[in-house]
Amino acid sequence: MKRVTTRPTPPAPIGEAVPRRDALAKVTGAAQFTVDLGMPGLAHAKVVRSPYPHARILSIDTAAARAHPGVIAVVTAADLPDVELLYGHSIADHPLIATGKVRFIGEPVVGVVAEDPVTAEEAARLVSVEYEALAYATDAEAALAEGAAILHEKPGEQRPHRGFEEDIRRTHPNVCSQSRQHWGDVESALAGAALVVEGEYRYPRCYAYAMEPYNAVASWDRGELTVWTSGQHPYMVREDLARCFHLPLASVRVIVPYVGGGYGSKSYTKVEPLTAALALRAGRPVRLALSIEESILTTRGDGATIRLRTGFDSDGRILAREATILLDSGAYAENSPLVGRKAANRLGGPYRIPALDVTCSTVYTNTVPGSSFRGFGAPQVTLAGETQLDEAAERLGIDPVELRRRNVLRPGESAWPGVRGIDADLVADLDLAADELGWAAPLPPGHGRAICLSASDAGSEPVTTSVVRVHADGSITVTCGSTEIGQGSSTVLAQIAAGEMGVPLDHVHLLQSDTSAVSFDRSTGASRTTTLMGLAIQSAARDARSQLVAWARESLATGDDEVVEMPGGVRVGDKVHGWGAVVKAWFGGAMGEAIGRGYLRRAGATEVMPPFWEVGCVGVEASVDEATGEIAVHRLVTVGDVGCAVNPQLVEAQDVGAAIMGLGMALREELVYEDGTLMNGNLFDYRVPRAPDVPEFRSVIAERGDGVGVYGAKGGGEGSLNPVAAAISNALRRGAGIELREVPFTPERVWKAIQERDRARSAAHGGHAVQGEAGT
Amino acid sequence: MHELVTIELSVNGVARSLLIEPRETLAEVLRDRLGLTGTKVSCDAQVCGACTVLVDGLAMSACTYLAVDADGRAVRTVEGLATDGVLAPVQQAFVDKAAFQCGFCTSGMLMAATALLEDNPTPTREEVVRGLEGNICRCTGYVPIVEAVLAASRAGDAAGAARIEQGSENSGGAR
Ligand code: FES
Ligand code: FES
Repeated sequence: MKRVTTRPTPPAPIGEAVPRRDALAKVTGAAQFTVDLGMPGLAHAKVVRSPYPHARILSIDTAAARAHPGVIAVVTAADLPDVELLYGHSIADHPLIATGKVRFIGEPVVGVVAEDPVTAEEAARLVSVEYEALAYATDAEAALAEGAAILHEKPGEQRPHRGFEEDIRRTHPNVCSQSRQHWGDVESALAGAALVVEGEYRYPRCYAYAMEPYNAVASWDRGELTVWTSGQHPYMVREDLARCFHLPLASVRVIVPYVGGGYGSKSYTKVEPLTAALALRAGRPVRLALSIEESILTTRGDGATIRLRTGFDSDGRILAREATILLDSGAYAENSPLVGRKAANRLGGPYRIPALDVTCSTVYTNTVPGSSFRGFGAPQVTLAGETQLDEAAERLGIDPVELRRRNVLRPGESAWPGVRGIDADLVADLDLAADELGWAAPLPPGHGRAICLSASDAGSEPVTTSVVRVHADGSITVTCGSTEIGQGSSTVLAQIAAGEMGVPLDHVHLLQSDTSAVSFDRSTGASRTTTLMGLAIQSAARDARSQLVAWARESLATGDDEVVEMPGGVRVGDKVHGWGAVVKAWFGGAMGEAIGRGYLRRAGATEVMPPFWEVGCVGVEASVDEATGEIAVHRLVTVGDVGCAVNPQLVEAQDVGAAIMGLGMALREELVYEDGTLMNGNLFDYRVPRAPDVPEFRSVIAERGDGVGVYGAKGGGEGSLNPVAAAISNALRRGAGIELREVPFTPERVWKAIQERDRARSAAHGGHAVQGEAGT
Repeated sequence: MHELVTIELSVNGVARSLLIEPRETLAEVLRDRLGLTGTKVSCDAQVCGACTVLVDGLAMSACTYLAVDADGRAVRTVEGLATDGVLAPVQQAFVDKAAFQCGFCTSGMLMAATALLEDNPTPTREEVVRGLEGNICRCTGYVPIVEAVLAASRAGDAAGAARIEQGSENSGGAR
């Protein structure tokens, strides 16, 4: 790891690579995940799922299943008249169990609860459901074609603003939402351009594969509900559960133990409402634990088709961009409307674009619901935008890094009116990536290099709180609603608290993600936790300290003793007192506690949206085996531009993890549908990267203190995924002379691109195919 | 009710006699009957390696290994790696290199790495990478895991260090 720092030094241990606080639990097997929880009386659920992509449910016969020994309850929508069945983050269109019809293969139709999982599964097989098959559409184009089957006859009700701010716009019954980003006069800018690059680009539907499958345990006690879940956003889940079961927020407790992978796929609500409904009817605590095959049928990333035109002047300056984006969002809205809004916002990238017009439609299809997945619209649109920059560079004879230098937004410059100016130095980041990649060094024949950028309006919304409790012995409890999903929040947030309170790290205990024990946080996603929860903890710590200093003045100072705050406590006259001593003195004994509160909202430094920009900067060197179409990536470089790396080891970990995930998506990952059926809904056929697939990796961390967070921090964790596919495509354009516009770049697609290149060349050169030239 | 059978096996050095259903997998017995939930199940189909345990010293996928087949054998799980509260070198290396994030693959990775290092205490980088091919990690991108296993091999066998250094130069794999 290379660290480039121009920021002031923050108070220790902020900025230090301290060991992860969950390390011992995770290397000894002691860490408890939701799947590991047990409790007395726990019953087990199985789900009967739709075998049809689109069908009306004619009848459900549950008699045999109910009669099966060991079965406790068999539940259909008809058994839940007291429950609001429709939920959804932006649009309430998703029934927790199918009502009247099914809209994708795998949709839950019946829930069976039994004494043990095997009995539940046996009974599930005894349920018989009669369907009337309906016409279906399994991709966005088909769903918008003349006479296409309509998924939702009645549009779902838009939920109150929880992050998706605009009114839902629909231009077709199968359009779930439509977002537009628009400024300047695109038509005349394109008309005056020296070069207009055009193309259609495709990004696949992907599966995040969090290794812990979706699962939850629900338990009712005197009308109050407790749910343990492997989810990222306990407070969002609480709200959906309260709404479904007509409960006050305070009567729903959502607890998140360690989470076995999230990557956005465990954002918002998944299996929790169904689990709670089954527990309600069973009268027992219930566990619903999906298999990986069922998890694949629960949520995926939105697939995209992007038509893009970019106009340039003869110096390679971008004049305008125009795009239409279709997102394949599956059977229910989930979070796709927000993914669509973000795709529209992120298509411009970190560039100065005088005129832009992007329309993004999210489209209902008879497939697994699309929703949040790491990058959130950015990987999809970055492929299109960055590929066009390199095509323009080639056609205008300009070095592609130089072309980017000419176009990137300078620090503080806004991409569009009213939005936060970019809080990154992209020219410097490009240089760092070029150095690490060896941009100017000679290349072996057939190899090419590329550097690509992305920019995401990240952080979601600042609706975040924290409480810092200073105990009588000087130890500190920090409570927060941010979840430890593996990203290291339990370590980073404790570092921030320790640094702010001036105490050793081992004095700080962090309590996370239990809605009845910790205060509100909107979500753990959009790379927001270090930045926004970090700020809330900082302000709670400062609130606690200011109370403690006042208490010292009141209880410890006599006469005109001077009270001076110092790390970890106060100096009163010439005596030093730790925070614990101040607490005890104020309460007049050996007990007591100071409580600091931190609130973060759209005000002050976090008034202008987004709270921060997350930029991605990735370089690759790649080549292709001309005989097989197999791509080899020889070097992968990431620049993590994070403002202040609160824990540099964890920043690097996010960058490498994101980049390798991006590599898997670029080269191989895709959920394939044929005849309405998902063809590769298991881990044999949906292949994710393994250890031998990892290329030489180099990470650079740039810290310029330019973020809104503590000591200039801003988020990371998605940026190093977003440009990977584009960087590989561009490296192969330069190394092998091929055009790749459809992710994943499978050997078959690459081989076709090679044939196309050779055909074009033989046409141009009178019949003789030439090998790709190495570019530098 | 289903027919039950008795198996006798050693789990982390402790002799156990268990009454189980013949269909139960070793993963189910470890997790549900013995409360050893460190062993994780993800794919449940011998693809991901999350459930890797050692049976008579060999790395096995506990999700597809029938518990009756462990009768008379010695099973080791992640819970048995540390001795008297002291982490095994490979566990310590995972801590030092932050070779995990969510931790769901970690138990299986540690057991696969243990089998690898017991078989070959001074592996090259290439041998480590190949040795972990059967274990998926979706979080880390494998880079710190490979580093940790190499570090553990060095910690356990200083004489192997020179060979490892050489191996890493020749392999051109992950940094
Ligand atoms: S859970 Fe056994 S190999 Fe995946
Ligand atoms: S640490 Fe999460 S899967 Fe490996």
